Amino acid sequence: MDLKELYQDLILDHGKKPRNFGKCNSANHDAKGHNPLCGDNIHVYLNLDNNKKVKDISFEGSGCAISVASSSIMTEIVKGKSEKESRELLNSFFKMIKEGDEIKKVGLTEDEHIKFSSLAGVGRFPMRVKCATLSWHTLRAALDNEKKPINSEIID
Amino acid sequence: MSLKEIKSKFPIFKSNKKLIYLDTANSAQKPKVVADVMDDFYRNKYSNIGRGVYSLAGIATEAYEQSRLTIKKFVNGIEGEIIFTKNSTESINLVANCFSKFLKEGDEILLSEAEHHSNYVPWHFLRKNKVNIKFIPLNADGELDINKINSLVTNKTKIISIIHISNVTGHTSPIKKIIEVAKLKKIPVCIDGTQGVGHVNVNLKELDCDFYAFSSHKMYGPAGVGLLYMKNKWLDQFDPFLGGGGMIQNVDLKNITYASGVSKFEAGTMPSAEVVALKEAVQFIDQLKIKNIINHEQNLTNYALDKLSKINNIEFVGTPSLKSSLFSFNIKGIHSHDVSTVFDQDHIAVRAGHHCCQILHKKMNIVSSIRVSFGIYNNQQDVDALCDSVKKCKKLFKLN
Repeated sequence: MDLKELYQDLILDHGKKPRNFGKCNSANHDAKGHNPLCGDNIHVYLNLDNNKKVKDISFEGSGCAISVASSSIMTEIVKGKSEKESRELLNSFFKMIKEGDEIKKVGLTEDEHIKFSSLAGVGRFPMRVKCATLSWHTLRAALDNEKKPINSEIID
Repeated sequence: MSLKEIKSKFPIFKSNKKLIYLDTANSAQKPKVVADVMDDFYRNKYSNIGRGVYSLAGIATEAYEQSRLTIKKFVNGIEGEIIFTKNSTESINLVANCFSKFLKEGDEILLSEAEHHSNYVPWHFLRKNKVNIKFIPLNADGELDINKINSLVTNKTKIISIIHISNVTGHTSPIKKIIEVAKLKKIPVCIDGTQGVGHVNVNLKELDCDFYAFSSHKMYGPAGVGLLYMKNKWLDQFDPFLGGGGMIQNVDLKNITYASGVSKFEAGTMPSAEVVALKEAVQFIDQLKIKNIINHEQNLTNYALDKLSKINNIEFVGTPSLKSSLFSFNIKGIHSHDVSTVFDQDHIAVRAGHHCCQILHKKMNIVSSIRVSFGIYNNQQDVDALCDSVKKCKKLFKLN
């Protein structure tokens, strides 16, 4: 297990300077996520337009580099995708992290594919998987309009 | 016994040669003798305690009670009794639950901002009875602001429950002073001694508190056993905490009378092998002598603080003057969980997170921290490795 694989420059960059941070305007879906064990908190906001497309997405919260980077990268990838595509992406994400599956390039730009795949290394650090999955669980909750905060300790 | 010899008594370091264990405050590693005695008890001496009238049951019961006496002597608890529970948490829950019958609306409980959740949540439960909880504040150094105690203790204060040694900052609370103030007003005092026993000298006769909660697994004994020292007068005044076998005197269809003494508080089958093995842990500490342990751990703590403070971007969580064998810190700009993952690659085990002390962390305006805690098996090389790993961490995260 190489630490460089986990803490790639891309991840460190997103961890330090998260994109789409804050509450986005016109959010019509949102959900909260929490990991009571480590104290990570996230609030995902998104605007799903009439065509069921994620017009805008953002997040607020605090956590480790993995958690913040995963949230930041998630918002960049999901923005502009349809609800169906977003759900497929989050399922691919869990398969990548938990089962080591490679991310298919279909439907993703080269840049999106690189960003998405940069999180794959987390799967080799079992104690850190929950850090990476919290935001994606919370995205699903936001799409589902789930009002109860997500607890990643219980889910994963 | 030399340091090298002490470490060789702990099998974990034989099966994990590279392990640098700096998480004793979370749970201490076990000397071989503790594991051996548990093994021997299960293999050769096991039967349930306090039940059967056959010889084997007698031997097991005798060993269990001998352990109680050894512990009582170890903490000089001659004015009370030692009750076995599941853990320190259960010990404090027992006190809070049993004490609740003396509380009425508007009464006050005094805690501090340094409390582990286990010495806050059990008291929080009593808020449903409309009792108020007050907190002795922490100052910027992470010390209890003892000057506030006179204004915080009122005629409504019914019990004070305070952590002995902070599991985050290592600060030793001024418990003697608190007990002195409480005595004048006849307020009982409970001490959460979870991080105390095995690291500092605990003399309960001298301390004169009403309750002292501590834990086997933090003092090199098996997990699954908590301890509660209770002054004799409370043994009669408290109703039972848990009901079941072993805590009764007589049961009929309408009425039940309870056992007296410690038995009243030990319902159901107890973890007898663990209790018996705990005696070995106590004897192990006794053999090393607590003053040598204090000396060793203090030296290590001072060495670590000195060495770490020379590294840029290290922020300690509180800087109390009276420090025990543990402390916490952050590397500015790196989350504690990321730090812990880097340490783990170097086989260094520390605790990362809020250490069940969210109030203290909020007071210090942080969410989490890295905690380093020493045991009798640690040495200066462990601290050197820690400092090297801190530097590695900073390099990985591109910090100066």
